[in-house]
Amino acid sequence: MAANLVNALADLKEEEALKIVKDRLNAGEEPLKILEDARKGMEIVGKRFADSEYFIPDLVYSGEILKAVTELVKPKLTKAAESKKLAKIVFGTVAGDIHDIGKDIVVFMLDVNGFEVIDLGVDVPVQKFIDKIKETNAPIVGLSGFLALAFDSMKETIEAMQKAGLRDKVKVMIGGGQMSDEIKKYTGADAYGKDAMAGVALAKKWVSAS
Amino acid sequence: MEKQWEDMSPDEKQEALFQRWISPEGVKFASPQAEKLYKERTTRIKDALQLKKKPDRVPVMLIPSFAPAYYSGLTPYDVMYNYEKIAPAWKKFSLDFQPDTHGGCAVPSPGKFLEILDFKLYKWPSHGVSKKTTYQAIEGEYMKADEYDILIHNPLYFFYYIWPSRVFGTLEPIATLPSLSSVTEMYGVSVPFFPYGTPPVKAAYQAILEAGDEALKWIQVVGGFDVEMPALGFPAHQAGPTKAPFDVIGDTLRGTRGIMVDMYRQPDKLLEAMEVLTPMFIQLGVDAAKMAGNPLIFMPLHKGADGFLSDAQFKKFYWPSLKNVIMGLVDQGVVPLLWAEGGYNSRLEVIKDLPKGKTAWLFDQTDMAKAKKALDGIACVMGNMPMDLMSVGSTQEAIDHAKRLIDICGKDGGYIMANGAFFDEVKWENLRAIVDTVKKYGVYK
Repeated sequence: MAANLVNALADLKEEEALKIVKDRLNAGEEPLKILEDARKGMEIVGKRFADSEYFIPDLVYSGEILKAVTELVKPKLTKAAESKKLAKIVFGTVAGDIHDIGKDIVVFMLDVNGFEVIDLGVDVPVQKFIDKIKETNAPIVGLSGFLALAFDSMKETIEAMQKAGLRDKVKVMIGGGQMSDEIKKYTGADAYGKDAMAGVALAKKWVSAS
Repeated sequence: MEKQWEDMSPDEKQEALFQRWISPEGVKFASPQAEKLYKERTTRIKDALQLKKKPDRVPVMLIPSFAPAYYSGLTPYDVMYNYEKIAPAWKKFSLDFQPDTHGGCAVPSPGKFLEILDFKLYKWPSHGVSKKTTYQAIEGEYMKADEYDILIHNPLYFFYYIWPSRVFGTLEPIATLPSLSSVTEMYGVSVPFFPYGTPPVKAAYQAILEAGDEALKWIQVVGGFDVEMPALGFPAHQAGPTKAPFDVIGDTLRGTRGIMVDMYRQPDKLLEAMEVLTPMFIQLGVDAAKMAGNPLIFMPLHKGADGFLSDAQFKKFYWPSLKNVIMGLVDQGVVPLLWAEGGYNSRLEVIKDLPKGKTAWLFDQTDMAKAKKALDGIACVMGNMPMDLMSVGSTQEAIDHAKRLIDICGKDGGYIMANGAFFDEVKWENLRAIVDTVKKYGVYK
């Protein structure tokens, strides 16, 4: 039975997934176990996205199904789920830029790959990045941007890390829209990731190296 | 006697629109030199697009966002709030860089107009983004998931009442207005009109009148520019825009998230809605081309890019209605310039299914060698001057890339140099170097 929810979610069968969840809740099952299966299903979704079997619509839809599953389970939850995470990552779209589609995909992929992502949203002021890095001690920072104006915002954000004495403590990746290796050099980032999978690979590489 | 429009074949219509563009009625050229440049430029682009003969050289287009404002030391806010500053800045940009075309100066939408109507679809300088920043779209579900039937069965009502009431805060009250289809007899004739007497609806219409004044002021600037530039020797590279039905729904009606969930939860409704939008967006392009006497219609393409959809999803949801719009335009002699933003590498085999010399594809980050190979003999390819090189690259790198593009794509004609993405502030010396390189290196012998 446990495998069914995993597969239903991985195969994006919304009705089936929700029915299984309702049945299992009615049978009195521990809600955390259900959420754990849902997480496994999402992990498979992430893998399929990485293998170009799934695309953005499939990711978005899996998120919708997960939301519906969580809504069913939540009222029955008695304790919070605990899971061990690989590392913290502070992530956001840089100041002046309000684009979120690309950022959300990378955050999703990092999350299903075991990272604890602190998503600061869009149009994130430089200081907010600095404060969050200090507060969380996250070893990795992801800067997202779609517009060319983000070139300078990224550069300023990374310069501010330098000034705050944080630059040696974090690895910085950039990505999105018009970013490239050329822009990586310009901004002073450690790496440019051309898509969500590249971002996950970078984060994994950095964590294993530390 | 000249053939009537209705009796012309698509080829004849295209030729007639090109002739109106090349020899525009009523343009008083500033000088014999301006007239000569104008004819050379239009003819050059026509040759590159039609693929019938090699042009004298590779044409070069610059398609800026707010770049002309920045070039004149102005912010996006300055030009959105002081209309009289728009045309001089845009004119200076064309005169200084001397590309083969101008693209109009409609990028800076009128700020006061947006304020009066409380436009929700974008953040703009001083309203959500800084005065120095370009405007940016805010995606949302402006059309709700259960409203497809209204769009499908009553699209005019949807676009006249529901849609504006969602995207303009000031127009919220008009969502309650009834359709006038009930007015068929004396009995009850006044009933659907009583809401117009209520204060909220009155206020909404008062705002529309004020917004109309503002729009009129702005259009005089933009329209004046469109008259002046040809006289100075610069043809317009577009009569107007239209869009792919999938993007209409995905960009603005339902948003990316909304449309993607609809692909799963209500695919048939989505497909039906795109069918309804198809003739509307053909008409939009055809009307603009015929009115302007210019066959070129821009189509910015967004959500069909590499990575956004799988091949199967692209073929099912994106391409069929886009192709129908393209063919509807082509049938009326219009030449759609399809601006494939992002990458289009995985779409090349699909999009090459088009008649010869009727379209052009402007690529942003697509592999240009592959694109040229796929579309060779089918469509003119354009673009790929990358944003990173224009913004932070060295001038030599920009020149080298421009030469490489001419080598790869320009061999036997059928290529137009252009930027790959809408641009704001870049290294002006790089931009100048690109244009100059095309003019020297891009000459066909």
